[in-house]
Amino acid sequence: MNLKRTNPSLFYLQRTLFYVLVIVIAAYLLFPFFWAVLTSFRRATDLFLPPLQFIGAPTTIDNYIQVFGNPSFRRGLLYSLIVAVGAVAVSLLFGSFAAYALGRFRFRGKQFIMYVILAVSVFPQIAVLGGLFTLITRFGLFDNPLGLMVSYLIFTIPFTVWVLTSFVRDIPGELEEAALVDGASPLQTLFRVLFPVMMPALVTTGLLAFINAWNEYLFALTFMSTNRTVPVVIANYSGASQYDQPWGPIMAASIVVTIPLITLVLIFQRNIVSGLTAGAVKG
Amino acid sequence: MKKAIALFSLTAAIAASSQAGAVQVTLACGTVGQELQLCKDGAARWAKKTGNTVKIFESPNLTNDRLGLYQQQLAAKSDAIDVYQLDIIWPGLLAQHFVDLKGKVPAAEVNAHFKGIIDADTVDGKLVALPWFTDAGLLYYRTDLLKKYGYNAAPKTWTELATMAKKIQDGEKKANSTFTGFVWQGKNYEGLTCDALEWLVSFGGGTIVDNTGKITVNNPNAAKAIDTAASWVKSISPAGVTTYGEEEARGIFQSGNAAFMRNWPYAWALGQSPDSKVKGKIGVAPLPSGGNGNAATLGGWNLGVSMYSKNQAAAIDLVRYLTGAEEQKIRAVEAAYNPTRPALYKDQAVLKANPFFGSLLDVFTSAVARPSGPTKLKYNQVSQAFSGAVSDVLNGKSTGTAAVKKLETDLARIKGRGW
Amino acid sequence: MTVNAPAKPPTAPPAPKQKRVRGIEGARAWQAFWLLLPTLIAIALVAGFPLYRTIFFSVQEANLTTPGQATYVGLQNFWFTTAEGIGLGFLQDPQWWQAVRNTLTFTVVSVFLETVFGMIVALVVNSAFRGRAFLRTAMLVPWAIPTVVSAQMWAYMYNDSFGLIGQGVLGGQALLADPSSAIWALIAVDVWKTTSFMALLILAGLQSLPGDMYEAADMDGASKWTQFWRLTLPLLRPALLVALVFRSLDALRVFDIMYVMLGANDAASTSMTGYARQQLIDNQLLGVGSAVSVAIFIIIMAIVVAYVTAFRVKFD
Repeated sequence: MNLKRTNPSLFYLQRTLFYVLVIVIAAYLLFPFFWAVLTSFRRATDLFLPPLQFIGAPTTIDNYIQVFGNPSFRRGLLYSLIVAVGAVAVSLLFGSFAAYALGRFRFRGKQFIMYVILAVSVFPQIAVLGGLFTLITRFGLFDNPLGLMVSYLIFTIPFTVWVLTSFVRDIPGELEEAALVDGASPLQTLFRVLFPVMMPALVTTGLLAFINAWNEYLFALTFMSTNRTVPVVIANYSGASQYDQPWGPIMAASIVVTIPLITLVLIFQRNIVSGLTAGAVKG
Repeated sequence: MKKAIALFSLTAAIAASSQAGAVQVTLACGTVGQELQLCKDGAARWAKKTGNTVKIFESPNLTNDRLGLYQQQLAAKSDAIDVYQLDIIWPGLLAQHFVDLKGKVPAAEVNAHFKGIIDADTVDGKLVALPWFTDAGLLYYRTDLLKKYGYNAAPKTWTELATMAKKIQDGEKKANSTFTGFVWQGKNYEGLTCDALEWLVSFGGGTIVDNTGKITVNNPNAAKAIDTAASWVKSISPAGVTTYGEEEARGIFQSGNAAFMRNWPYAWALGQSPDSKVKGKIGVAPLPSGGNGNAATLGGWNLGVSMYSKNQAAAIDLVRYLTGAEEQKIRAVEAAYNPTRPALYKDQAVLKANPFFGSLLDVFTSAVARPSGPTKLKYNQVSQAFSGAVSDVLNGKSTGTAAVKKLETDLARIKGRGW
Repeated sequence: MTVNAPAKPPTAPPAPKQKRVRGIEGARAWQAFWLLLPTLIAIALVAGFPLYRTIFFSVQEANLTTPGQATYVGLQNFWFTTAEGIGLGFLQDPQWWQAVRNTLTFTVVSVFLETVFGMIVALVVNSAFRGRAFLRTAMLVPWAIPTVVSAQMWAYMYNDSFGLIGQGVLGGQALLADPSSAIWALIAVDVWKTTSFMALLILAGLQSLPGDMYEAADMDGASKWTQFWRLTLPLLRPALLVALVFRSLDALRVFDIMYVMLGANDAASTSMTGYARQQLIDNQLLGVGSAVSVAIFIIIMAIVVAYVTAFRVKFD
């Protein structure tokens, strides 16, 4: 930072430009969301206003009232929650078993299993859509949250196994050795010794898997029909008795769906960054 | 716990006492405000009359989405919906999943509907659905603006329409920059197939595939028709018209921002509603001619009972009630839904609410059916190919002549070894 | 690619402890097997078996409503020319190739832009300045927003009669009206949504770089610019490659943005998945749809295998 002494004007110019860049980045990242929030608080008749007048237009919460009065949206929230939480719970349970085995045990075929899990984690969902559809209909799980939940395991399980395995590897081995000497079974060791240490990792992985499941569209569109989850409800939202596109309610519904995610992400932001990178960068 | 048991036996007793055993029937309705409301009201009247309950299932707005949803439901043999609303083009596609209403409904009742629609609802001798309301493309115009710019009648030809729309648009734009001449359904979906079929037929370009299943779309009249429509985009129609469905077009017309609109009859009642900016200023006419008379695409919805319904008897009763004269009359008076029974077109109350029903009766009776009959299970692909080809011309990526030639090849591919 | 049970460990009875190392090894292998079993069953159920079904149907003529009545047609779903010279396979359908072209354009352009923007954002956030914590947090917002929601948000901004971009910036142009201009509008949505994800990955890479090298470079009087090209980029390469591959695979699978913003018909000519879904679900062609799905699967797996072999990815 000796520029400040040698050439102050250049230094200040650089710093100003840098801050302009920061402001541009922040605006780019946040503005569309801000605009959506603004729209959700505007009356349908004001949507035609030019931008500056639009910002100053009167605020209303009618859109939110309308959205929460819409039974298919309310049900959608419930189903989304059931499906995402269910898929995450199953994945965390199975995934931590598998991660313990893959991170701690040495056995033949381990490399192969790792390859399989990696392959499944980059699976194009469309590749199994037809096959899953015939399966789901055969077991009578069409339009049933359970069927959708099971189908979500295709991306939540590989992801959790992958990330948790890299966490398990980083846990120092001395911890379990004591338990093993006492003759504890692997499951006991896992639950008593490793789980407490893995808690942050479990929360992070669970959260990321939850976000993926909450946002999923293709399966939700194909395997459900009356019990729609939120993304599909929003994509098909039309509650207009008015003579305009219900952009206000659509935006309100979007905000309602997004706020919980953003809140979760902001609370756990440190874990998320480490979780995202643990799986990918070490690959 | 005791309370729960008492409650349970009470409801059981009530259920047992009603003659057929009150059941719950699920009815698929639309989602646009008024359509949904009327559907709910009709179902409620039936429920009150019979003691059954009706659960309303709100279908997606776009016909394509709706079909996909229903196909998934039916493919899964789901009993979630008992009574489906079938578009006039679906019977051939979905016939196998529906109860044959022949014999379940008295012949006299079936014959009280327009014969053309009953024919469209009959697949290989099986009556798949009963007509609920019929639809045909209409031209809506602003009576006040026509007068203001010195016109005393709706345009008779597409050329006239373009001239009038241009003049009105140029005049109105001075005060209202968002004003446009003519709005219609230009988004690449089933609605564009309907609009474009009207252009084709009115120019003498045939119906894409004729009744025998022969592909006829590659002809100069069809090319000319599509080119004519493409010339409207960005001149008398906004650039965004190629993203509009029915509701987008209606939104613009009804907020007073367009001189002409192509739409279905449902837009009439909404346009005359108290919150409409063009209330009392709307005229309705047959769509203009391109030299071969005017043409309107046959639309409309029918009610069918799912094979997988657990309450078929009650569901059939609901269908008969909703398609009955009394219910059709209410819908015609309240929301301009066109009855499918000729008798209702002479009904004073219906004519009072919809003055144009009488004068446009032949538009409804002679509406052109889309080629869903001859193309059977492949109609969906035919329509996709057609609307895609038209969409290419509208976006300036192709000319009419090139598009119909390519379309002929595509359709041959879809036809494969036969429809 | 079906999932087999792991190689059978030696079936020695669980020997008493410290007797023989082999025994312990065997017992450990069994325990690992039991621990892995739920995961393997789940993967077989939701990935292995459905994939097998998809491959099975790809060589059948079948309708989605009646999968039981499939007839074997070999590779006709992929490529078949009738006696009249009409190509019936999907590989002979121009729309499929349009979808492939559009998806590739979408992937290449959006991943490139995301990487460049992500790099800029990551470098900015990696330097010390006031407001850094705020920017770090702001980065997470687009990433947390559901894709469908961001598609709707942008669709509204693109709207030609009251959208901020469509009406305000372009004065009533409809970007989404024409698939060829729409693809750029879609890329803009994707770039906005995933730049921050890229930035996160790159940032993690940046923070693991050794600081002493930069100090040495400063001593030598190397400019920041030179340092970036000579030090940062080469050191970041592994992390960047991983991020690039994962993002590309994601972008190749894109579906929801197209479907929500353009509708089913136009999505079928802008996204490979959209095309496959239209054949499979909308048109009920289980055979053709499965054939398309298999093709997409092969494309994506080929990229993965190429990547794994090229960089000798090891898991131990």
